[in-house]
Amino acid sequence: MPPKLSELEHIKERSRQLRGSIAAGLADPVTGSISEADTKLLKFHGSYQQDDRDLREERRRQKLEPLYAFMLRARLPGGVVTPAQWLVFDRLATDYASSGLRITTRQTFQLHGVLKGNLKPTIAAIHHAMASTIAACGDVLRNVVATPLPEQSGLHAQAYAWAAKLSAELAPQTTAYLELWLDGEKLVGEPEPEPLYGKIYLPRKFKIGLAIPPLNDIDVFAQDLGLIAIEEDGRLAGFNLAIGGGMGATHGDPTTYPRLAEVIGFVTPEQLRAAAEEVIAIQRDWGDRSERKHARLKYTLDHRGTEVFKAELERRLGFALQPARAFRFDHNGDRYGWTGGEDGRWHLTLHIESGRLLDRGPQRLQSGMRELARVHTGDFRLTCNQNVIVANVDADDRARIDAIVAAHGMDGYRRQSGMRRHAIACVALPTCGLAMAESERYLPTVLERLEARLEHHGLLDAPILLRLSGCPNGCSRPYLGEIALVGRAIGRYDLRLGADFSGQRMNVTYRENVDEPAILDALDPLFAAYAAGREPGEGFGDFLWRTGVLATPAPRPERRIAAQVPA
Amino acid sequence: MNALVAPEPLPIALSAEKSALLARLAEGLAAEELYWVAAWSAARAGQAQRGVRRAEATPAGAPDAPRLTILYGSQTGNAKRLAEQFASRGEAAGLPVRLVRADAYPQRELAKETHLLVVISTQGDGEPPDDARGFVEFLAGKRAPRLPGLRYAVLGLGDSSYPRFCAVGRQLDQRLAELGAARFAPLGEADVDVGAVATPWSAKALEKAREALGSTAPAAARSATVHALPSRGTHSREQPFAAPVLANQRIVSRDSERAVHHIELSLEGSGLRYAPGDALGVWPVNPPALVAQWLQALHLDGEQEVVHEGRSLPLAQWLSRERELTRLTRAFVAAQAAASGHADLMRVLRKENAAQFAELLDSHQPIDLLRRYRAAWRAEELVAALRPLTPRLYSIASSPRAVGEDEVHLTAAKVEYAAFGVPHWGAASAFLAAQEEDARVPVFIEANDRFRLPADDARDVIMIGPGTGVAPFRAFVQDRRETGARGRNWLFFGNRHFTRDFLYQVEWQEALKNGSLHRLDLAFSRDGGGICVKSPPMDGRGFAQDARKTYVQDRLREQGRELYAWLQGGAHLYVCGDASHMAKDVHAALIDIAVAHGGHSPDDARAWLADLLTQGRYARDVY
Repeated sequence: MPPKLSELEHIKERSRQLRGSIAAGLADPVTGSISEADTKLLKFHGSYQQDDRDLREERRRQKLEPLYAFMLRARLPGGVVTPAQWLVFDRLATDYASSGLRITTRQTFQLHGVLKGNLKPTIAAIHHAMASTIAACGDVLRNVVATPLPEQSGLHAQAYAWAAKLSAELAPQTTAYLELWLDGEKLVGEPEPEPLYGKIYLPRKFKIGLAIPPLNDIDVFAQDLGLIAIEEDGRLAGFNLAIGGGMGATHGDPTTYPRLAEVIGFVTPEQLRAAAEEVIAIQRDWGDRSERKHARLKYTLDHRGTEVFKAELERRLGFALQPARAFRFDHNGDRYGWTGGEDGRWHLTLHIESGRLLDRGPQRLQSGMRELARVHTGDFRLTCNQNVIVANVDADDRARIDAIVAAHGMDGYRRQSGMRRHAIACVALPTCGLAMAESERYLPTVLERLEARLEHHGLLDAPILLRLSGCPNGCSRPYLGEIALVGRAIGRYDLRLGADFSGQRMNVTYRENVDEPAILDALDPLFAAYAAGREPGEGFGDFLWRTGVLATPAPRPERRIAAQVPA
Repeated sequence: MNALVAPEPLPIALSAEKSALLARLAEGLAAEELYWVAAWSAARAGQAQRGVRRAEATPAGAPDAPRLTILYGSQTGNAKRLAEQFASRGEAAGLPVRLVRADAYPQRELAKETHLLVVISTQGDGEPPDDARGFVEFLAGKRAPRLPGLRYAVLGLGDSSYPRFCAVGRQLDQRLAELGAARFAPLGEADVDVGAVATPWSAKALEKAREALGSTAPAAARSATVHALPSRGTHSREQPFAAPVLANQRIVSRDSERAVHHIELSLEGSGLRYAPGDALGVWPVNPPALVAQWLQALHLDGEQEVVHEGRSLPLAQWLSRERELTRLTRAFVAAQAAASGHADLMRVLRKENAAQFAELLDSHQPIDLLRRYRAAWRAEELVAALRPLTPRLYSIASSPRAVGEDEVHLTAAKVEYAAFGVPHWGAASAFLAAQEEDARVPVFIEANDRFRLPADDARDVIMIGPGTGVAPFRAFVQDRRETGARGRNWLFFGNRHFTRDFLYQVEWQEALKNGSLHRLDLAFSRDGGGICVKSPPMDGRGFAQDARKTYVQDRLREQGRELYAWLQGGAHLYVCGDASHMAKDVHAALIDIAVAHGGHSPDDARAWLADLLTQGRYARDVY
């Protein structure tokens, strides 16, 4: 007997290709929310219903409903944004959002606090700016990320073209999006199921990321499908395929776990589209639709076996994958400041703390970026580390760009500690419904305290990867931090240590469910030891393993998933 | 008191059929209506025992017996209160009286009336109160009978700050004379400081009435006289109940531009009873900071004992608890003008500067004049020049059926703003908003018979209550839910912002869900016409702007067809809230709707609406 489908599968099936009763919900003037079922469908349109959790209790006493508002996420393949698009997003953030613009860990913009009645004009404006929000969330192929790499303009152009192509061609085709947001004609009768996604879409979200070695800034092994660009003789020869990465886990449930993707072979650029589509299709057909916690591709692979999956892929493709080509990743961080490109143009990477573009005191990030967008003639690249690259600047324009950056307090990258420059935090409270602990709002505090300890040990410049997450779901890819705090409750985190600096080894839990003093006390002696005993160029995570602070992690036990294997 | 209305003993004395009839009759009656029934029954019983068979069907007694008819028209309850007081004093003095609200008065009886006393207020720009519109029209019209046999007296109530002060009282007084009636007392004109004129006038009028009626009044008349003077336990306006505060909760968001408080008070042990539609009178204490402003501006000592009308209190006490400090009146402007000798103030008081004067009243409190036009006030003069503090009436926001008889809820918008460089407050709203749990607030019940749910619970009701005007409709919806009323309930609510000022939002959502509210139409004026939106600021960047402000009257027009159909189906319509703009705009919208959807001419539409008013199917509680 097939297992019982999860409720969400029924919602999708009844939704008439993602319509549900969203239109009626948007028109209901009595509440700022929409129905529970519609919130699930709205994700496919790029939006999460949220509420300001800081105000929940206060408003309950005021006999007011929670302050419902919507997070709206754009689909910007490869994180490439034109100055004109930037100005549109900036204006929408100013007019409709509550906390500026936010660069996500998947290279795109998020707006928070968009009230229900403002969703349609906001989405329409994004559409008219030649961008979209479709499938920025939901059980579909999400925004395709790609190494921004403006320096190698030729290789990047080829790789980016593939990312954009996959993003466009594998996006949902439903006309519900036009109907709801762009005054498209109302569908009469029943819609046709989608060619790739059918009536019920995927069992869970699906992420594709394209990395151009030696940069692994996109954390290619955290993707469901990672593409590692292989350059030969200055040309894009093709891609190694890595499948089954994913960060999400649930506290206290050992059947859930973060997992790195496995490289299964190589395809040429011409084979890529078919290969990607078939990986998605197999996951569509084989993925677990009864338990969403086990629905990502990583669990499908662990149920069925990667070899079985690969064989099915080759069967469906009608050709065998070539053996994986050699590649090497150096690191997964961004390189701040100016870099020169092969075509003589210049690129400036700015550090944006938590990706939040907002004017706060002397740091006027939103205004500064707006000024840049007004004068810049190249483009912008958002990075998976929540930063922004002002790309393709003529040499003559550098001084002008620098002046704007300095005038708006955006030149912190020149002075900041190594840890601060590499820190990532997810949004968490007050808007994220999943958050168990603070993240973005806690980052400045915890950084200050950690920096004090680092300074004491002469480590202020050491580039240590810190990742903060308000819950175990992993938007900030915490399992790939050399130091990670994964939220458990207000003020309490799991302290995880020991990832490498290039996104190829996960960290392990070092202290469970601890508060800030315990975190600082645990780290202080490790900083001392690292300062005294590190080898030249040795990362903090690598040092912890070499010196035996961390024991060899047990391989993931098969029994964790045995219960999920169909008899 | 309560024993009078306990229904249990009745079936013992009555047949099942009669008992059921009586129960049906009593269902939905408010406390004072039940008292009336009880009193009427008692009078009938007295007659039956004496073997008197009366042809007269009206319980008020036969018009041929000489008696004083006391007729009142009241909007906020002052005229009604004075009429009631007059009636009970008249009764005590052995006068045969009947007390009747203007819209309950059978107009055909006027021609036979011998003695009539009218107490009537004037609203805004010379309008009669809603309950007297029909009577005033009738009297002014061609159908009014000649009244050579009538002796009468009129007490008008008004606010001298308005140009047409006591216009309705004056008009009635003059018209009755035109019709051939003779005054037994001259017209009385009471200002906002009602008692100052009304108390001596009433005493004199009572004397005159006794003279006029005295010789013919039969000694037994008193026992046969029955009127609707309700019994309200031991507490009253003059003897308020110190109600403990059960809860005081701000019910707008932290970023709302005004503070609105939901206040729950205990009536336990007070004997006070109320019905949905009634108001709660609150005796405020002036804000301490305001009293301090006064003392500072006048260089007076708050400790100083001041004797006025035989009472001695420290000045600060007079100002806090005894005198009106937040409402500017013509009398005080005149007094301040005289005290300061300031030409500007003198000028603004002249008749030709009425518009300027109105503007002054609208934008200033007394403290602003004290600060700007310095004058040396002596404490005794000041206390004498200020009018006594009056209670404020709040439409009750709860149904005793839902919250229990011992509890009453209010919705109070705290008036607080800066002007001329200093903070300003509204006396009662600031007082209420500041009360913490277990504090005690002096209150009484002010009944409002003109604002009652339909006796027939199958009738639909349409409720228009923007801002804190929504308060009585919370009571209505609670009550209709508790009684299982069969009719539908439709609420129009408006305020500034959806996310900030949606008063009782979760309760309305729940009411829609559980079926006690059938329709809810909303107008948030500062949300750019959209629903649940943050309006983009005007930014000059070509963004699509919609600066329209949407109000409840706009929603009424949008729903005009449906609304007219409800009214044609017998619905009762209620309006509560701001009198100066909203009520007029709603009235105009209703006329438009009758024209657009009822095929009426504008004149017919006005008549149709006036008819709804006199039928009591269009009721207003506006302030």
